Amino acid sequence: MSRSLIIGIALSSLVVLAALVSFVWTPYDHTVMDIPAKLHPPGAGHWFGTDHFGRDIFSMIMVGARTSIAVALIAVGIGMALGVPLGLMAAAHKGSWLDELIMRGNDLVFAFPSLVIAILITAVFGAGAVNAIIAIGIFNIPVFARISRGAALSLWERDFILAARVAGKSGARISIEHILPNITNLLIVQGTIQFSLGILAEAGLSYVGLGAQPPTPSWGRMLADAQTMVSFAPHLALIPGIAIIVTVLGLNLMGDGLRDYLDPRLRINRA
Amino acid sequence: MSLLDIENLCLSIHRLDILHNVSLSVAPGEIVAVTGESGSGKSMTALAVMGLLPGSAKATGRIVLDGSDLLDMSETDMCAIRGQRVGMVFQEPMTALNPVKTIGDQVAETILVHDALPRDQAMQRAREVLDRVGLPAARFPLSRYPHELSGGQRQRVVIAMAIALRPKLLIADEPTTALDVTTQAQILDLLKGLVADFGMGLLMITHDLAVVSDMADRIVVMRHGVVVEQGATQHLLAHMTHPYTRMLFQASNHQVTLPEPPAPTPLLQVQNVCRDYRLPRSGLFGEAGRYRAVNDVSFTLNRGERLGLVGESGCGKSTLTRAILGLEDVQSGRILLDGAPVFTGNRPNLAVRRKMQVVFQDPFGSFNPRHRVDRLIAEPFHLLASPPTGTARQDAIAEALTAVGLRPDDAGKYIHEFSGGQRQRIAIARALIIRPELILFDEAVSALDVSVRAQILDLMADLCATYDLTYLFISHDLSVVRTVTDRVLVMQSGKIVETGQTEDVFTAPRHPYTQALIAAAPRLPDLGAAPESDHPARPIG
Amino acid sequence: MLRYSLKRLMSLLISLAVASVVIFVVIEIAPGDPASFMLGINAQPETVAALRTELGLDVPKWQRYLDWIGGMFRGDFGTSYTYRTPVAEMIADRLWVSLPLALFALALSTLIAFPAGIYAASRRGQPGDVAVMGATQLGVAVPNFWFAMMLVLIFAINLRWFSAGGFVGWEAGFWAGMRSLTLPAVSLALPQAAILARVMRSSLLDILGEDFMRTARAKGLSRRQALWRHGVRNALIPVLTIIGLQFSFLLAGSIIIEQVFYLPGLGRLVFQSISSRDLIVVESVVMLLVFSVILVNFLVDLAYALVDPRLRTRT
Repeated sequence: MSRSLIIGIALSSLVVLAALVSFVWTPYDHTVMDIPAKLHPPGAGHWFGTDHFGRDIFSMIMVGARTSIAVALIAVGIGMALGVPLGLMAAAHKGSWLDELIMRGNDLVFAFPSLVIAILITAVFGAGAVNAIIAIGIFNIPVFARISRGAALSLWERDFILAARVAGKSGARISIEHILPNITNLLIVQGTIQFSLGILAEAGLSYVGLGAQPPTPSWGRMLADAQTMVSFAPHLALIPGIAIIVTVLGLNLMGDGLRDYLDPRLRINRA
Repeated sequence: MSLLDIENLCLSIHRLDILHNVSLSVAPGEIVAVTGESGSGKSMTALAVMGLLPGSAKATGRIVLDGSDLLDMSETDMCAIRGQRVGMVFQEPMTALNPVKTIGDQVAETILVHDALPRDQAMQRAREVLDRVGLPAARFPLSRYPHELSGGQRQRVVIAMAIALRPKLLIADEPTTALDVTTQAQILDLLKGLVADFGMGLLMITHDLAVVSDMADRIVVMRHGVVVEQGATQHLLAHMTHPYTRMLFQASNHQVTLPEPPAPTPLLQVQNVCRDYRLPRSGLFGEAGRYRAVNDVSFTLNRGERLGLVGESGCGKSTLTRAILGLEDVQSGRILLDGAPVFTGNRPNLAVRRKMQVVFQDPFGSFNPRHRVDRLIAEPFHLLASPPTGTARQDAIAEALTAVGLRPDDAGKYIHEFSGGQRQRIAIARALIIRPELILFDEAVSALDVSVRAQILDLMADLCATYDLTYLFISHDLSVVRTVTDRVLVMQSGKIVETGQTEDVFTAPRHPYTQALIAAAPRLPDLGAAPESDHPARPIG
Repeated sequence: MLRYSLKRLMSLLISLAVASVVIFVVIEIAPGDPASFMLGINAQPETVAALRTELGLDVPKWQRYLDWIGGMFRGDFGTSYTYRTPVAEMIADRLWVSLPLALFALALSTLIAFPAGIYAASRRGQPGDVAVMGATQLGVAVPNFWFAMMLVLIFAINLRWFSAGGFVGWEAGFWAGMRSLTLPAVSLALPQAAILARVMRSSLLDILGEDFMRTARAKGLSRRQALWRHGVRNALIPVLTIIGLQFSFLLAGSIIIEQVFYLPGLGRLVFQSISSRDLIVVESVVMLLVFSVILVNFLVDLAYALVDPRLRTRT
């Protein structure tokens, strides 16, 4: 395992662990306001300080990790669950009207940045974490469709697929039996990358008020709240920002490391 | 005095020994061929002369060009030598040219990078050189891009780039391996002509012994990074001392004996088959064009017969193969196996398809790397109405593996644990397992080294005797087709232009295309007849 | 080349048509009648009906769709429900902030990413490469709006080199305008530059492994000469795709960044319109954003053909 993979796994696990532990324990109740103790800088009593309502930032960061991870993870799930079958189907029927339809549909969705989707959804249904998930998830669909189609197409050119066709297997069966296992690594790596992009997107959406609504804590909204106080309480902005960076950096390092680790060209000597 | 002297060249990459004490020399005007199977280190020798080894390679010994040792040179000095005093031609013309630059610019670049001429004269020189390599101005203006040229034409551009400054030494690494046989003959003629005209030394790397014996003044045989034998062509062919050399030449011309085919009863009938491909529309609203890849092809393959199908790339033999396998429907005509069509309605006919199997060319791409051998070779069971299960399945797998010379316990391994030749055996086992009536060998031995190829051909001959095989052997390699088929079809531009008993077609071809094909194919000198006697001079060209 | 362009143009028009239908339908699903919303719950039914007629809400939906599309072709985006001013004018004012910001950021990110990517690729595995890659790894992980807050903290609040927010307007002069867009553009550009530099590097490294690079070296080109003369242009092909994609990210990003710097751009217009349920404005701005993404990708397709001669003759 490479160094970046180890660091990546360590950072990501740290964040996931914080989110899991927050279900059973946080240093303080993250919803309890303690106005006299407001705007404490980081120190012994409150490790990460307190916000303008005197809430414990460390606790809020832990609970906020839950929101970030849940939104990004479900969005990746939506993208994979819909995108991969579409991509495989398009590849199995390369050049047909179905392929054309799927790919045009993809191009169309690509024209709607996730923020624009979120704006549309919010305009219609109002803001909320679910809408953030849908917005990011929809944007993930074409990403996975495109990458699985591309990888599947190059596999369809290979002789072992031809051999399976000579053995009378259908396009769907070949896609599941031969194509999917051979693109799993690719999907894991892309999934990690989309996961980290989802964390960033969720933070952005909550920052502009399109994501999780109070009282659900989220890193993006903590930053939005911090904005007017950044000149006299910079820790309010620094700490959630660093939490986001650590998470995204960890996931990206893990994705890069996994790509090298899983790449059969680097592991199996084919000669 | 020699132009190039390689003395005791040793090379290692990451402590892995690639070359060991390689010594050879090239004189001006001389063609030296370095030959050997894959992994022999012949290409590394060429790259060492160019100073283009991978960064991690460590070389010792001497590579003396015109009195100076190239291994001692700085990178800047090597840049001045490459292109100016040594030119190089590579194997794969399709990727050897920059796709986004014109051929004129790419040829002129050789001249410009060495500041040999001002730009306008360099372009003029590029024109002259392209004319010399057979790309006249009328059809090949300097403004052409590589993608507008065929493989053979691109190889001519690469040669033009290599000789633009008339280097004293030209290195050609498998220059014709990726080309069709008629194109190969033209490129080899061009190289010979350039050596004669310019008095260049030519260091040619090739695995093809027929090309070697045809072209070279001297031959260097390599194996596992060591020169096992070298000498003047005439002498070496007549007096091979090393057993590996002898094995190599014998394997290159390997002959097998097939059992007599039974009395003809038709098995596969191909009747007036046409296969069209749609071309992109010629205008926004224009008619979509059509390209006829297979044009009115008819033939019959009898039970127990071994039929060959030869032709150059793009002749339609792959398309025909796919149509016979029922992978694609045809536009007109019928393909019947045992009297039943391979395609009924618009879907393949499984009842018919289970009667045939196929072995592909690429031993590395024919298997799903994530499945074990037992699952891989049992895949055709999918075609059966009631596939064997449990011990019956295991027995079938074991029998198929044994039949191709592997062990039953190989079933539990993954494909990357096998060599290229072993993989091709596994491919044959996969084809045999449901006891098909017909096997298609699609370039099945083309990617193999000659010694491995000889073993696979032997295996095929054995299987013919034990399993009464009927097969269609599709190949561009005339010498192989000649030995493993009873009858042969010659295909050109989608049509069968000649058909007949294999020996008859090879000894007395009737169609001009067959004649051209056979004339162009380089031939090994007949070694078996008089191995010890002095060989008479072979006709050159 | 002409046929290729026409084909791309066709697909551009189809995408636009489908996108407009999608946007129209989604906005139509929105619960609540704009007229009732504007007049409040106590309004008389007649007043509401009159306003519906005035806003053009009483005609069939397909008719309204056609009117909307037809109007956009004439530069008429309808009238804002809230402000009763032409939407086109509102958008035009805001566009003069958002578009220069996105272009400024795109230019910055390209100017930073290209040299960084080429430098890293040419020194693969050496300290320079490792440093650039480490910086980009960090750059990719930084949320641009947080980065913007940090820039404000450092350069506006502490150093006082720039103002913390707002836009002076182009009336104040080109340089004054650029000055107030500098921090927003930098905060948008740096994370994107990190992505682009990584793509540039890996694309170049792929090209360095190609056969024609070896051919170039065999001609006597040095490593550096081969990289510049044969590598960069070929490596641009995948990089162009990313630049096209980045435009849509920059556009989306600028909507958020405008919030940080209180810039009167399209982003703020959208958020104001959402909160006042001025859906006709939301609809038009979203259409405009989608239009610009599709247009940029069309331009990228044309740029491909300039870089890659194979596309010019391909049928």
